[in-house]
Amino acid sequence: MTAAADRFHLRHIGWLMLSLVLVTAPHVERLPWWVTLLAVTLFTWRIYLALYGLKLPRKWLLLAIVAGALGGIYISYGRILGRDSGVTLLVVLLALKLMEMATLRDAMVLIFIAYFLVITNFLYSQSIPTTIYMLGVVWLITATMVGFQFRTLQPGYRYQLRTAGIMLLQSAPLMLALFVLFPRVQGPLWGLPQDAYAGGVTGLSDEMTPGSVSNLILSDAVAFRVTFESQLPPPTQQLYWRGPVLWDFDGYTWSAPRVPYLSQRQYEALDSVVEYTVTVEPHGKRWLFALDLPAKTPPRSVMTSDFQLLFQTAVVNRVRYDMASHLRYRNNSEPPRYELQRALQLPGRANPRARELARSMRKQAADDRAYIDAVLSMFRNQNFYYTTTPPNLDTNNAVDEFLFTSRAGFCEHYASSFAMLMRAAGVPARIVTGYQGGELNTVGNYMIVRQADAHAWVEVWLKDEGWVRVDPTAAVSPARVEAGVATAVPQGETRLLRGEYRWLHRARLTWDSLANSWNQIVLGYTLDRQRQLMQRVGIDDATWQSLVTAMFVVTGAITLALAAVMLRKLHAMRPDPVAAAYARFCERLARRGLARHPSEGPDAFRKRAAAARPELAQPIGTISELYIRLRYGNVVRTEDAARLQNEVEAFRA
Amino acid sequence: MLLALRNRFTTWLFQWRGPEAGHIVLVQRRIFILPSRHGMTYVGALTMMLTGSINYNLSLGFILTFLLAALGINSILHTFRNLARLRIAAGRVQPVFAGDIAHFALIIDNPTALDRYAIGVTRDKRDTVYTDVLARQSATVTVPVPASQRGILRPGRLTLYTNFPLGLCYAWAYAELDMRCIVYPRPEAARVPLPLPAAQAGTGIAHGSGQEDFSGLRSYHPGDSPRHIAWKAAARGQGLLTKQFSGRADTELWLDWQATPDTLGVEGRLSQLARWVIDAHAAALSFGLRVPGVTLPPAPGNAQRERCLETLALFQNDAS
Repeated sequence: MTAAADRFHLRHIGWLMLSLVLVTAPHVERLPWWVTLLAVTLFTWRIYLALYGLKLPRKWLLLAIVAGALGGIYISYGRILGRDSGVTLLVVLLALKLMEMATLRDAMVLIFIAYFLVITNFLYSQSIPTTIYMLGVVWLITATMVGFQFRTLQPGYRYQLRTAGIMLLQSAPLMLALFVLFPRVQGPLWGLPQDAYAGGVTGLSDEMTPGSVSNLILSDAVAFRVTFESQLPPPTQQLYWRGPVLWDFDGYTWSAPRVPYLSQRQYEALDSVVEYTVTVEPHGKRWLFALDLPAKTPPRSVMTSDFQLLFQTAVVNRVRYDMASHLRYRNNSEPPRYELQRALQLPGRANPRARELARSMRKQAADDRAYIDAVLSMFRNQNFYYTTTPPNLDTNNAVDEFLFTSRAGFCEHYASSFAMLMRAAGVPARIVTGYQGGELNTVGNYMIVRQADAHAWVEVWLKDEGWVRVDPTAAVSPARVEAGVATAVPQGETRLLRGEYRWLHRARLTWDSLANSWNQIVLGYTLDRQRQLMQRVGIDDATWQSLVTAMFVVTGAITLALAAVMLRKLHAMRPDPVAAAYARFCERLARRGLARHPSEGPDAFRKRAAAARPELAQPIGTISELYIRLRYGNVVRTEDAARLQNEVEAFRA
Repeated sequence: MLLALRNRFTTWLFQWRGPEAGHIVLVQRRIFILPSRHGMTYVGALTMMLTGSINYNLSLGFILTFLLAALGINSILHTFRNLARLRIAAGRVQPVFAGDIAHFALIIDNPTALDRYAIGVTRDKRDTVYTDVLARQSATVTVPVPASQRGILRPGRLTLYTNFPLGLCYAWAYAELDMRCIVYPRPEAARVPLPLPAAQAGTGIAHGSGQEDFSGLRSYHPGDSPRHIAWKAAARGQGLLTKQFSGRADTELWLDWQATPDTLGVEGRLSQLARWVIDAHAAALSFGLRVPGVTLPPAPGNAQRERCLETLALFQNDAS
């Protein structure tokens, strides 16, 4: 009997297959094609075997497939233990386990693997849609597990889904308590695989070539979000989000020093501090962003002497930090000699015409300030164009080509040639990359800075003023820094950036606001946030011991409450339909003045009622007889109950 | 000593108290629950998921892990509830011959409004009978128990268990009901001819089919086979009459302990007598049984057969 009840039926296969297919589906785009093919083949094969009740394949064949797949994974990824290769391995093992599963016992292991696969999906995406999808998958997997437990009766898919759904819903409060109170540990516990956070992250790099920034501006991806403490954010033209500072120029590429200068620099603040909170999306590099100039250093990070913020590790998870900045300042501490020399360095013989131009223009200018203005007015008054699709430049003399031939470029072209002109005339200059502007999300009242807002500008060193920001792009296209890229580029150049329906825009902002709350509240619930929350409820110094105690108390209370509700259902009897029908019958007679005495049995009442209402003797007899048979008879037939209900329904006293 | 202590502990823990009369309601004190083997695997999987979530700093990983942990805790309650408040009562048991399988019927009644699925009943944890008891209904399961010896067979302590709804927990309860099955002696396989009737020797065995040779009616005695009642006469209002058949029905066939060879031993002799009872009944004879201490006067019919077999089943050999 055990064997028969335990046997794996076609319906079990169906449920299991559906769960497994849905849980692996999001991985398919990441799997090598041959793994997908293998999995589909094995799945189909298993269904075929189940349909025709055929024998499962031999063990050695499966082992051979495992060995082959392991080799294939090694060839595809160059490793076995890694994020991507691990997931691939899991999918292969899952498909193979399916091939050797004969009993429900085996199948339960597949259920657990399926749950595990859900979590692997979160390694790639933790967005709201992914969450909703995966919740559905978890529901289905749980319903599959419920289906495995039936032995004789099979109440059907509705029952399975309902039971699983109810159980998951009942688990929600407990889950919430555990989520909030489980003591968080600053991960990782051990070294993560090299590809732990690999994937398509776009963003600034520590190098800048002509075209590298304009490539970013088509990306709608969010770089970071900012919430300002005061209700009003500063005007757009003041929003210079400082990122990597580039010092070294080889005639074509600007790059950041390999080793950053870490000595602290002072500067003179000319306004009150602006306070805000930044949440940076993972970008795989170390830097954090702050408004020019940062007034403090976030936790677990350092500030370089050129006012870059560097996180202690690469930013592979969302990082949230409180920041403060001064928008008006005098950055006039005396820099060391080597720093100024580095800011004057130019490669050997590249861009001769630009050097010549710089020397002649500097000669005509009274001082460095006048020279800067002259270069800016050259950009402004001659035929320079601001465009997102600049022509490719010759790598040897890129600045020359830009200044004298193409004269069409994006911010990096202007910044690069401007800095080169400065250096050639003996004015120390460096390039600052980062973001400029940002879109205010009125729905959530925060600012979204996207990759499309990527920007590059220049800082020059003037004797009395120190490092001063000069944005040559603003000279060519003032709209860029006042209203963003979308308004600055020529009509029709990128439709994506401009024309958008108003309602669509609104919907996108609402969605982003939702995603932001999700990121902040759910995904951003880390060690620090847990401490903050505990502080807010009065636990000032939340140690893990106090958290564990709180966790046990709260989860215990929730479990007890749930148990009370559930076990009370044991006593809540469903109203007996037979008794209810008979009570209705008695009530109808009672309304005609023929009430049944409490001590009167149904048979005695039948006799009395029939005598009092001879015209109703027949239905009274039938109903009473049915009731007596249902209540006191040896054999209870369900059709009798239905008949009783019908008779009572038709009975009119 | 230690063993005895352990036995006393388990007896106290599981409230073993021997056979109970009437029905048993599975109240909270009677139900025990532990994680099943799958439950252990589940906990292991969750631990892996938790370490993974910590390592990758995966918020949704935490959420999933905690959701599944809560689901596991919740399944304890559900599995417990699947067994709670069921009423277990003893059903009928048909007597069997030694060497056969006795089927003990168990009535599981569900007075509550919750459907109960996949309830297993087992004696030895190997063979399980599964049943489902829907709300306000009852189900009957028959538990097979091999009857190896004649006499009274008790099923002993039965275990009712369930893994429903998730298979992660194992809830069980013990039910030791006052059920008994009479086990007749295994009838001798060899066909030993019936002993000769005491009177009218010669008319015996070789004579033809006694049931066909109708000889008259007599008034009904309890124990007469219903097949022999003259129903037409009863319908005419003449009361219950039993048809009398000529042939051996009236002969005095005594199945005597003394007639069986001494060499068979007690059980062998009982087997021999059991064989005779069956054969005599099959031949529709009227037969009596004489064993030391018990004498059953000759009578035909099923009741006599059962009475005789029961006597043989419960025979206590005080003499030897």
